[in-house]
Amino acid sequence: MTRNSLKLALATIGLVATGAQAQDVSLTIESWRNDDLALWQQEIIPAFEAEHSGIKVIFSPSAPTEYNAALNSKLDAGSAGDIITCRPFDASLALFEAGHLTDLDDMEAMNNFSDVAKSAWQTDDGSATFCVPMASVIHGFIYNADAFAELGIEVPATEAEFFAALDTIKEDGSYIPMAMGTNDQWEAATMGYNNIGPNYWKGEEGRRALIAGEQKLTDDPWVAPYETLAKWGDYLGDGYEAQTYPDSQNLFTLGRAAIYPAGSWEIAGFNAQADFAMGAFKPPVRNAGDTCYISDHTDIGIGMNAATANPEAAKTFLAWVGSPEFASIFGNALPGFFPLSKTPVELTDPLAKEFVSWRGECESTIRSTYQILSRGTPNLENETWGASVAAIKGTSSPAELGQKLQEGLASWYAPQQ
Amino acid sequence: MSVPRIRWHIIVFLAPATLVYTAVMIFPLFNTLRLALYSEVEQVRVFVGLENFHTLFFDPIWSEQFWNAIGNNFWFFLIHMLVQNPIGVALAAILSHPRLRFAALYRSAIFIPTILSFVIVGFAWKLILSPIWGIAPSMLDAVGLKFLFAPWLGKEEYALTTLALISVWQFVGIPMMLIYAALLSIPDEILEAGEIEGITGMSAFWKLKLPLILPSIGIISILTFVGNFNAFDLIYVAQGALAGPDFSTDILGTFMYRTFFGFQLQLGDPHMGSAIAGAMFAIILVGVCIYLFGIQTRMRRYQL
Repeated sequence: MTRNSLKLALATIGLVATGAQAQDVSLTIESWRNDDLALWQQEIIPAFEAEHSGIKVIFSPSAPTEYNAALNSKLDAGSAGDIITCRPFDASLALFEAGHLTDLDDMEAMNNFSDVAKSAWQTDDGSATFCVPMASVIHGFIYNADAFAELGIEVPATEAEFFAALDTIKEDGSYIPMAMGTNDQWEAATMGYNNIGPNYWKGEEGRRALIAGEQKLTDDPWVAPYETLAKWGDYLGDGYEAQTYPDSQNLFTLGRAAIYPAGSWEIAGFNAQADFAMGAFKPPVRNAGDTCYISDHTDIGIGMNAATANPEAAKTFLAWVGSPEFASIFGNALPGFFPLSKTPVELTDPLAKEFVSWRGECESTIRSTYQILSRGTPNLENETWGASVAAIKGTSSPAELGQKLQEGLASWYAPQQ
Repeated sequence: MSVPRIRWHIIVFLAPATLVYTAVMIFPLFNTLRLALYSEVEQVRVFVGLENFHTLFFDPIWSEQFWNAIGNNFWFFLIHMLVQNPIGVALAAILSHPRLRFAALYRSAIFIPTILSFVIVGFAWKLILSPIWGIAPSMLDAVGLKFLFAPWLGKEEYALTTLALISVWQFVGIPMMLIYAALLSIPDEILEAGEIEGITGMSAFWKLKLPLILPSIGIISILTFVGNFNAFDLIYVAQGALAGPDFSTDILGTFMYRTFFGFQLQLGDPHMGSAIAGAMFAIILVGVCIYLFGIQTRMRRYQL
């Protein structure tokens, strides 16, 4: 009550103050990509505004870990922006089911996307699509090419070569072999477990079997990645237990670490920060000649707040986001976020080209915990963070971790019971 | 006999405070407690009675986290009671010494962290203790004690104690100020009378001053209790909503936040969150009642 009347009062003041100016419609975008603020303000938004006079766009991001909570509260309170950046799968599905996102199936721009691209933002039966797919991110490892040349290390293709390279770097001692910390927890799961894991559970095959209940988290393909992660602890920097995500980024871009377990979203930031040559390699396969699998995760979509005051302008913006023109601007402005539209986009960044070339060589999958399996309590994704950290630190054995995760999942997910 | 008049001025003077307090405190409190009695099934809010509390206390998935958070909370409180308050009393006793020079400077320096934001304190200490850029490892190295350094905030066994000590550093000024004020209010005549009887120095503190400031220490204890069981900010700033490593710094505040608003793929559940908030309220209420009826009424007071 109090809040509404206060808002009304503020709105009235706002109306009186702006009433004299031109009738520009202004759209606010909610996003968790605070790293991309400059790119949106300098490249993407001007490109849109140049074509659509009368619509002003404001990019208003919040911190990634706070985004979901902040967005949910804002939507419930009616103070969220007009355009909502969509997390993949259940987080956005819940928003759609709660009536916060609009069904966008009738938009023409939706035809520019494949069914796989749209699947992350559809109801389970595929009857409604509520976000325009924007981009996927690919996991792999970024390395300091100067350091590799200096130490005479070849880019590793198998796990044996990978650990041999780490040993060489460690023996030399001038670089920290790998830049990752466990303080923020998610890196261990996202850049650790879900980065190397698809090679173990054979990508989509294992992921779908897990959802169908044919495989369990105690099975070897799901436990073995923890055994590999357990070996990582020796190669991380001193005090990695308290090392945060920005610490790891800085360690790598300052040239103090040789390998960075990465997601392709790092490319833009690393290009700006690092003054040495960088390269990327895909997650090493277990044995030479194995089929490789990569995590090509549909990560980011964009939808419309059902309560927006400017639905027409919002749809105009979304249609533009769905166009090949946007895909080209976005893909090149943000190398490392790979557009999902059917029209192939010519990328110019060498590092981004390296990442996207793996799509042709390997089988693609998405992160194992994102679709359906993180619907209940305990939440499998969040549990996987803790488990990956425990594996790296060696505080629990891989078998125990698999057992604990399986018990948690089976407690609410019928096909696993 | 005239009918007693309604004394309007009392109502008028009380109204603003009562209205504001009701709107921003009493109503939200009871509404939160009410919310804890509901649950959401397929987008519809349904009344479930005490089932949320049953889940919280008896479902292993929830109760394990709940008892872990309570245990951590008591440890957090214990560190404050054992470290913050004795140091606060000691500092106040030293500051009130008449021959101490620069007392005002020390008083301000020790009190300043209290007025800093949690965010600043959290980030500053995270940087100080960072194994990579922090000054703590190099300072220890300079005196040859590098082997004592550990990434404290990242180790399950140290993280909570480290955060509790950071909080002690921040808030030690409050007990110091309250006790200092209490010490200054002790009349000189009493101390002089003591001196004539031969009670001076340390024994004057233990036998005369301490009994006189006991009520203040009681107030400080209860403030510490309420503050600690409502704590959230420092842990959230330093360790995030998952209160890592492995929930070793998870206290009721972070547990409630994570449940109520959700985290990453975990969707928020306002009803379970409210149940946790209700449990926090109950714990604090019981603690305050024990103090008010069990301790404060029995405390001896001296007319000064």
